[in-house]
Amino acid sequence: MGEDEAAGAGVRETVDAVYRTDSRRVLATLIRLLGDFDLAEEALHDAFTAAVECWPRDGVPANPRAWLVSTGRFKAIDGMRRRARFDASLVELARRLDADTGDPAAWDEESVADDRLRLIFTCCHPALPPDAQIALTLREACGLTTEEIARAFLTGPSTLAQRIVRAKAKIRDAGIPYQVPARADLPDRLDSVLHVVYLVFNEGYSASSGVSLTRHDLSGEAIRLGRLLSELLPEPEVVGLLALMLLHEARGAARTSPTGELILLGDQDRSLWKRDLIAEGAALVERALSSRRFGPYTLQAAIAAVHAEAPDAAATDWAQIVGLYDVLARADPSPVVELNRAAAVAMRDGPLAGLTLIDAILARGDLADYYPAHSARADLCRRLGRRAEARASYERALGLTRLEPERRFLERRLGELPD
Amino acid sequence: MKYLCLIYDEEKKLGAMSKSESDAFMGEYYAFTDGIRKSGHYVAGEALQPIHTATTVRIRNGKMSTTDGPFAETKEQLGGFYLINARDLNDAIQVASKIPSARLGSVEVRPIMVFDQQ
Repeated sequence: MGEDEAAGAGVRETVDAVYRTDSRRVLATLIRLLGDFDLAEEALHDAFTAAVECWPRDGVPANPRAWLVSTGRFKAIDGMRRRARFDASLVELARRLDADTGDPAAWDEESVADDRLRLIFTCCHPALPPDAQIALTLREACGLTTEEIARAFLTGPSTLAQRIVRAKAKIRDAGIPYQVPARADLPDRLDSVLHVVYLVFNEGYSASSGVSLTRHDLSGEAIRLGRLLSELLPEPEVVGLLALMLLHEARGAARTSPTGELILLGDQDRSLWKRDLIAEGAALVERALSSRRFGPYTLQAAIAAVHAEAPDAAATDWAQIVGLYDVLARADPSPVVELNRAAAVAMRDGPLAGLTLIDAILARGDLADYYPAHSARADLCRRLGRRAEARASYERALGLTRLEPERRFLERRLGELPD
Repeated sequence: MKYLCLIYDEEKKLGAMSKSESDAFMGEYYAFTDGIRKSGHYVAGEALQPIHTATTVRIRNGKMSTTDGPFAETKEQLGGFYLINARDLNDAIQVASKIPSARLGSVEVRPIMVFDQQ
């Protein structure tokens, strides 16, 4: 390899590295400058193609990101002018875009950070269907390919591509603005963003029990988004959600046996829990709680932190967990929260107290088709020595889940019941 | 951009209102309309007579048919509209959320289609 080629290969690596770290930021800014997702994606592609050509010859620019933004924008306007020969409406658009900027202040760190928030809030706009919000966020804000997202959600690439195309069309046609919402709308809009991030996390978390190794690391993507959000918009619930994800992720390796069997929290080998993630999560929980403006994500994270800090199930501070569930049930009432509270009460006051609560929930018909409710009931019956009831509830639970690890877990429990 | 806010109400619920409740509700509408005239959002707006006054017209195979209705089994019926001028969808949603019926029924926000001139 000659010297030039070696230098060329080095620059190529730099371009790749810049792509990995900065392509989403450049895209976010280009969408603002060009006012259109598709134009911006094309411009992003053109800018990186130009970088591969120019950087070996001219050297890597001092601020690669600013170079990419201005090159992308220039290429987009240039392309529009060329096409304007056939489509007169583009002349005006190109002129306007050209006049709009040129302001170097528009590229300072703060507005670039805002661009990334604009992008996330736009992708998670509640006027878009929920599955489109998820797909668009993973595509535009995380930079996953359509194929990767399709595999992760076990759908066909063409279905997924169409979902993204429709979402972009709605953004354009319905006039969804490229904005961070105003203070008054923020709580509502932030809920929508956090919901998307948490859904992505859960999708990855439940898939990690190992049906398919080709599924993208969605929990990792969700945590990266959570980190970005808590850096750019450190609202208590943003911090709380990041803490919740980190604390769950910390237990990831202990959740399944080497043969893929599900292991419940109480039976997990706690030496496998990742201490660094727990420490980070617990510190974030403290921070969110001290704001006194926290909500359901922070409360769930606080519960996860109490578990994480206990050396084993018996030594867990169940009274504190029940107390946190009480607060959570007031902040965000749901039968699932009640069920989890009942399980904690069973640990604090004994299985009979928990069983009474679960039976009351089931009697209302709220969780009749929710397998964890029957599985939890079976477990308490087993501990009380009510074998027939335990068997009936395990069988009911088994009839309600199709997930392989869950099924094997329930079958194992059934097999362990004495006759 | 222009948006049409389609107002859906439960006629049953409105019909069940007492005189003073219904006066208060209409008062809210007058105040709302005043507000969006002042803010420059207002383009047009009307309330519709109840659904039992509706007629549906179709032409099939060159023949016109008219029927009463529509009486689709929906809980809410189209009861009126506002045509507004808004900066973008977020602005339109802000306006729509203040329409009194948003609390009782629902408001559908639809952007107006712009056709290329020529």
